[in-house]
Amino acid sequence: MTALLIIIVAALLGITIWQITKIFKLSQPIESDDSQIANNKDNEKQGKLFLVFIVFFYGLMFYSFWSLSKFYAPGASEHSADYDQLFFISLALIMFVQVIIQFMLHWFGYKYRGQKGRRALFYADNDKLEFIWTIIPVITLSALIIYGLFSWSEIMNVEETDETLVVEIYAYQFAWRVRYSGEDRTLGEANVRFIEGINQLGVNETDPYAKDDIITTELHLPVDRPVLFKFRSQDVLHSAYFPFFRSQMNVVPGMTTQFGFTPTTTSKDIRNSEYMVDKVRNINEIRKNNVNLGPDEKTYEFEYYLLCNKICGVSHYNMQMKIVVETEEEYQKWISEQQTFGELTAQN
Amino acid sequence: MSVAAQPLANDHVHEEGHHEPSFIEKYIFSTDHKMIAKQYLITGLSMGFIGIAMSMLMRLQLAWPNETFWIYEVLLGRFGEDGVMDPSIYLALSTIHGTIMIFYVLTAGLSGTFSNLLIPLQIGARDMASGFMNMLSYWLFFISCVIIVSSFFVEAGPASAGWTVYPPLSALPQAIGGSGLGMTLWLIAITIFVASSLLGSLNYIVTVLNLRTQGMTMTRLPLTIWAFFVTAIIGVVSFPVLLAAALLLLMDRSFGTSFFLSDIYIQGEVLSYQGGSPVLYEHLFWFLGHPEVYIVLLPALGITSEILATNSRKPIFGYRAMIASILAIAFLSTVVWGHHMFVSGMNPFLGSVFTFTTLLIAIPSGVKAFNFITTLWKGNLQLNPAMLFAIGLVSTFITGGLTGIILGDSTLDINVHDTYFVIAHFHLVMGIVGVYGLLAGIYHWFPKMFGRMMNKNLGYVHFWITAVGAYGIFFPMHFIGMAGLPRRYYKFTEFPYFDDLANTNILISVFAFVTAGAQLFFVYNFIHSIFYGKKAEQNPWKSNTLEWTTPVKNIHGNWPGEIPKVYRWSYDYSKLNKEETDYVITGQDFVPQNIPLQEHEEEMDD
Repeated sequence: MTALLIIIVAALLGITIWQITKIFKLSQPIESDDSQIANNKDNEKQGKLFLVFIVFFYGLMFYSFWSLSKFYAPGASEHSADYDQLFFISLALIMFVQVIIQFMLHWFGYKYRGQKGRRALFYADNDKLEFIWTIIPVITLSALIIYGLFSWSEIMNVEETDETLVVEIYAYQFAWRVRYSGEDRTLGEANVRFIEGINQLGVNETDPYAKDDIITTELHLPVDRPVLFKFRSQDVLHSAYFPFFRSQMNVVPGMTTQFGFTPTTTSKDIRNSEYMVDKVRNINEIRKNNVNLGPDEKTYEFEYYLLCNKICGVSHYNMQMKIVVETEEEYQKWISEQQTFGELTAQN
Repeated sequence: MSVAAQPLANDHVHEEGHHEPSFIEKYIFSTDHKMIAKQYLITGLSMGFIGIAMSMLMRLQLAWPNETFWIYEVLLGRFGEDGVMDPSIYLALSTIHGTIMIFYVLTAGLSGTFSNLLIPLQIGARDMASGFMNMLSYWLFFISCVIIVSSFFVEAGPASAGWTVYPPLSALPQAIGGSGLGMTLWLIAITIFVASSLLGSLNYIVTVLNLRTQGMTMTRLPLTIWAFFVTAIIGVVSFPVLLAAALLLLMDRSFGTSFFLSDIYIQGEVLSYQGGSPVLYEHLFWFLGHPEVYIVLLPALGITSEILATNSRKPIFGYRAMIASILAIAFLSTVVWGHHMFVSGMNPFLGSVFTFTTLLIAIPSGVKAFNFITTLWKGNLQLNPAMLFAIGLVSTFITGGLTGIILGDSTLDINVHDTYFVIAHFHLVMGIVGVYGLLAGIYHWFPKMFGRMMNKNLGYVHFWITAVGAYGIFFPMHFIGMAGLPRRYYKFTEFPYFDDLANTNILISVFAFVTAGAQLFFVYNFIHSIFYGKKAEQNPWKSNTLEWTTPVKNIHGNWPGEIPKVYRWSYDYSKLNKEETDYVITGQDFVPQNIPLQEHEEEMDD
């Protein structure tokens, strides 16, 4: 019944609009131009609308930077400062170009709006001009890119030292596991073919290096110590995305990928930073009013997280792991409390 | 390259005792390029309708993830039970939206329509080199559309691994439902699509090279033709690689090979695949994938050149530089694909190489943008709806292109890869630019296709709402990407950290609904004008190109008598005579290509 009424209403609305347009057409003065080609009046109006559009467009860009820049996640790794500097320089450069060029484009749309009988300028080419606006981008972009490449090689060429913590991150539909290399600082061999029962990660039980490996469901990292992640996937492509640490690397089944960084801000410190206190307070205000949340979900406390960033299946949107960055002492204490792989398999 | 085509010895139009074509020959299995262009257009627009509807469902879900909407149940059936969208269908929507928009709307709908319509008309040919292959190209495209749409109704859902369909997710039905029959249908549809595209591209290339009329040297061709010609070449080079990737994926799925798969444990068992690599698939896919975006872009830019020049009453600025940049973009597009793979696990050295080549491709793109703006300078701008869309295209091309500089830098890509920053970038620079090109082309060549004019006031309303909406959707989106919001997430509520982004998501969705709604002005205008639009004159836009020398009513063979000969390039707008006292032709600010050199006219060396 409701459907029928809706159809009738829609039909009546359609008829109304049809009749109104008909009346509008009939009411047009006879001498009006109905060629559907832009005339002086149209050019005037549309030209002015370009000016209005400039206001809207620049307003939108300004609003976005003003209100939405604050969401840019704070950096918490050694290379995040470098990353952020490169990002902001690039952003400044492109916004500089954007602001000037968009204005010129839309201003010309207004300034040169057509008038019947006015002459346009027959100006077909100018090689010098072409050269100028070829060479300036070449120089500017080369400088930017070379700067970027220095950062890239610094970030990607990880030099393993005695200090480096080597950690495996294991991905599967739809969770993460961490495997620390333990006292011998070497990860035991592993392959999906060894997966059986309690040996969820497929670690090779006969490999002596594997005995002291520690498998956990949370990632704890000691602050200011370089960590080198080795990524392994059980099933499909996943991606380990650590936004606060400016780090990301695909996790590929059949291959071990790697990425390294040095966390420089502990979870506690970032939680107490002005930025995070404000943000969390704001979030908890929002959550307070959310009827879909249970009472224990309403107060959020910030934790670093790892999230999956390559489409991996139905629960791709909820494949996350908590990350805790703590002092060396706190980390040692925590890891000493974890079970080694040897202990785990001995129990079985 | 500058040799004029030889006039055909027997320039036959109706030599074989021409018979009245039957309805089926004229409208269904037509070999006339103009009818095929219209077929591509209608089919492309229909697929666009479906693609937009899918994105509306996604935006609804993202804006209000915890609300129930009866529309989910109506449109998604059991995947929208009780008004809640199933997460798997969200991924399917995302996949099919991308597939439809990129391939079916912006490749076939844009290239297919305008290359077919304009190549023979603008070069002065009776039809394409092979009308039959052209007809096949369209019908293969149509079959491909039917197959991809039919995949919506499959039990486990259509393909759901993203439009990029990376294996192993796309290879294993046990990894996600859509990777069963849905993915098989996707592969079949795309294979047929590639065949269609190749047939079309070969036709375009051969026609441009061989069937230009007398006097139409390569450097007198309108930029539309250069764009379509080079696009076709890119297509021929890169689409076969997609076909290879699809074939290898098909073999992994169905014949036990291990091109892309190795060491997989899923649903409680170790699979037998060994030795393959998903990264190989990524290389093969993106070897097409990157040129593909230029296959979308170049026709739009070519159309813009034409519309800007005609409506500015000025030559396109820097014709030679424009050709050079089209060629540079085409060549460079084949060596930048790795910028989609910076964090794929490939050797970081490759990352450096691709960053460098990606930088290079920014240069010719910039040159084109500057040339467009200089074309407007000191023009006498006729602000028809087509012109507005062309100017809007330049604007979004610049905005989207500039953010590409951030994404092309391997270091910066680390933190924005696969986030909403990327989605904002490609929607502006490919989606909106492509759609504006399509719309501008439709408004501009509607009189040629249908012999009638579209309503300009509806066109104006359509443009301004769309322009405001497009930026409203995608400009703020960059910032939620910078905040670390990933792509292809069914909802963000599992991360309390993202709760304060919800309002921005709602803003984006609202802009999206309004913009989608505004397209209805266009749909009404388009359909109504085909039947009731004001009858068009022969050359309503006072344009120089040859298509406007044909009669208003389309005839088979295009020109009733001889094909016009060409004496000049297509950009003699507002050209003055030698004494600079008046235009070359008194009282007329344009000189069509088929008008010989006039008295008191200076010949410009082109």
